[in-house]
Amino acid sequence: MSETVESSQKRWGHLRKVLERPGPFCHPEFEPSSEILDFIMTSCKILIIGAGGLGCELLKDLALMGFKQIHVIDMDTIDLSNLNRQFLFRHKDIGSAKAEVAAEFINKRVAGCYVTPHFCKIQDYDEEFYRQFHIVVCGLDSIVARRWINGMLVAMLQYENGVLDQSSVIPMVDGGTEGFKGNARVILPGMSACVECTLDLYPPQVTYPLCTIANTPRLPEHCIEYVKVITWPKENPFNTALDGDDPQHIGWIYEKSMERALHFNIPGVTYRLVQGVVKNIIPAVASTNAIIAGICATEVFKIATSCCVPMNNYMVFNDVDGIYSYTYEAEKKENCLVCSQIPQELPIKDPSLMKLKEIISLLCESVIYQMKSPGITTTIGGKNKTLYISAIKSIEEKTKDNLNKTLTELGLKDGSEIMVADVTSPTTLVIKLKFMNNDVEMN
Amino acid sequence: MIKLFSLKQQKKDGEASPRSGNPKKASAAQLRITKDINELNLPKTCTTEFPDPDDLLTFKLIICPDEGFYRTGRFIFSFKVGPNYPHEPPKVKCETQVYHPNIDQQGNVCLNILREDWKPVLTINSIVYGLQYLFLEPNPEDPLNKEAAEVLTNNRRVFEQNVQKAIRGGYVGGIYFERCLK
Repeated sequence: MSETVESSQKRWGHLRKVLERPGPFCHPEFEPSSEILDFIMTSCKILIIGAGGLGCELLKDLALMGFKQIHVIDMDTIDLSNLNRQFLFRHKDIGSAKAEVAAEFINKRVAGCYVTPHFCKIQDYDEEFYRQFHIVVCGLDSIVARRWINGMLVAMLQYENGVLDQSSVIPMVDGGTEGFKGNARVILPGMSACVECTLDLYPPQVTYPLCTIANTPRLPEHCIEYVKVITWPKENPFNTALDGDDPQHIGWIYEKSMERALHFNIPGVTYRLVQGVVKNIIPAVASTNAIIAGICATEVFKIATSCCVPMNNYMVFNDVDGIYSYTYEAEKKENCLVCSQIPQELPIKDPSLMKLKEIISLLCESVIYQMKSPGITTTIGGKNKTLYISAIKSIEEKTKDNLNKTLTELGLKDGSEIMVADVTSPTTLVIKLKFMNNDVEMN
Repeated sequence: MIKLFSLKQQKKDGEASPRSGNPKKASAAQLRITKDINELNLPKTCTTEFPDPDDLLTFKLIICPDEGFYRTGRFIFSFKVGPNYPHEPPKVKCETQVYHPNIDQQGNVCLNILREDWKPVLTINSIVYGLQYLFLEPNPEDPLNKEAAEVLTNNRRVFEQNVQKAIRGGYVGGIYFERCLK
C-alpha cells in the first residue's frame, strides 16, 4: 500500500508521464498503466556488476529512476585514485569494499531505495543467485568478467523442443569506457549478439614487438616494457611476481627503465608512466562514465517497462575530437561458441552398461552427428576431465582406458554435459546426457 | 522484441520452476581449446606432450626440424593458455637453450603472432607453424639475440657452425649452451 501512495507522489511525476500515457514514440505493444511503475518499485530486481567508475554512476542513475531493489557486486576495495570520479566514496573510505560503501551511501541518500552489496567475485556465485534478477547491468573493466557473466546468462536459458523460452532470458546491458571513448550495448541472451559473438571487437591489449623493445626502443614505453618482461624475470629482484600496486616494485622498474632510457637517449620516463604501463592503466574520464552509464540506465528502464523500443543493439561513443556516436546492430554469430549452443540431449538407456566407446561410435554413426574423430571432455565436480582425444598421442595413450569404462565408472551422472569437438562442426558441442529409467530390462 | 514486464510478471506470479542445479559449466576458453587440441594437425617434425591429460591448457611442444640450420636439434616449448583465450594469445616459452636470433637466453620468443599480431581467429596450430618457421628461416631483421643476428647477416657459414656448436653443447660467444641433439 505504501508503494502505491509513494508512486502517486510528485517525486515520480515525470516517470508517470512516460508510463501512464501513450505517445508517438512508445513501443507498439506498450500498454500504459500505473502497474508498470509499481513493477519498477516493488518487484523489478536489478544487478549491477562493478561499483567503480561506471558502477557509481549506474547506482545513482537507477536509484533516482525509481528502481528499489538493486544488488551491486564488486571484488575491489577503494583506492585514493578512485576518488575523483567514483563519487560515492570519500577519503575515509579508502581500503573499504567498494560494493559496501556504495550501497550504504545510496541507501542513506535515496529514500526508499534498498541496495544490497556483495563484496566478492562474480565467479563466487552460481545460477541460483543470478536467476533472481530481471536485468543485469555491467560496468566492468575486464573482458574475462564480461565473458563469464555472458556465459552464465546464456547457460541459464531454457529451451523447449529447441525453442527458446523467453521467460528464461535475463537481458544484459553492458557499458564500457576507455578514456574519451565508450560503448553501450543491449544483449538479449539467446536472441541477439552476445559478448562471445563479437569477441573480435575488443581491442587487443597494447603490446610492442619483443624485438623492438629489446633492440630498437624508441618510446619511453618500450624501455618500461623491456624492464617488465625481460629484466624483471631475469633478475627477480624481490623473489616474487611483479605487483603493480607495490611501490617498491614500481620504484625498481622506474630506476631500471630510466637507466635504459638514458642509454638510448629516450626522454619521458616518469614514475607515473611506469605505473601506467605496468598496470595497463588508461586514464579514466568522469564525463565518459557519466554518459555511458546514463545510456545504460535508460536502456534498463526501457527494457523493464517496455515503454520504448530498446537500443538495437550496440552504440559507440567517442568525444576525443568533437562528439561522434553511432548505433548499429551487432549480429549474432551463427557458430558462436557460447550462444549458438542449443543444449542437445543424448538419451542413455543404461549408464552402467553404456561404454564410452559406444558413445563415440554413436556420434560417428548417427545421422544427426556423423562425426569423424570426436574428442570428448567433461567437467566433474568443477574440474575438467578429458575423456578421450585420439588426435594427440600423449593424451590418447593416457585416456584410451576410458573407452572400455562405462559412464557410471567414469563418474558421469544424469544431466552431466560432455564437450565434443570434431572437424565436422565449427564449434565444440555441448551434449547433455539424459539417463532413462533403467528399470526396463535391456539385453 | 521481448516484453520483459509482462513475461516476468507471469513468471514471478507462478514462481520459476525449480531446476536441478547445473554442474559447473565449461568456460568459453575451455570449449575453444578443446576444439584447437582435437584439431591439432602437427607437421611431422613436431610432437606434443600433455603432462596431465585433463589439463588441456598446459602442454609442451617439441620441434625436431628436418631441414635448415637447426636440423640436428630438438627444441622444447612450453605453452600456457590463459582464461582469456582466444582474446589473448597463449604464453609460449622456449625451454631449450638455443642460439637463435629470435629467441633469447630466458626463452622469450620473438614471433609476431605471439604478441602484437595475435588475433582470436588464430589457433594453437598457427603458433606451431610459426615456431617451426622460425627454425627454417631465422630472421635477423628482428633480433632478440643481437649477436646471433649479426653473425647470420655477415657470415652464414659461421652462423651455421655456431648453431651446430650450440646444439652439440658448448660455448658460443661466451655463453654456454646445453646439448640438445635429436
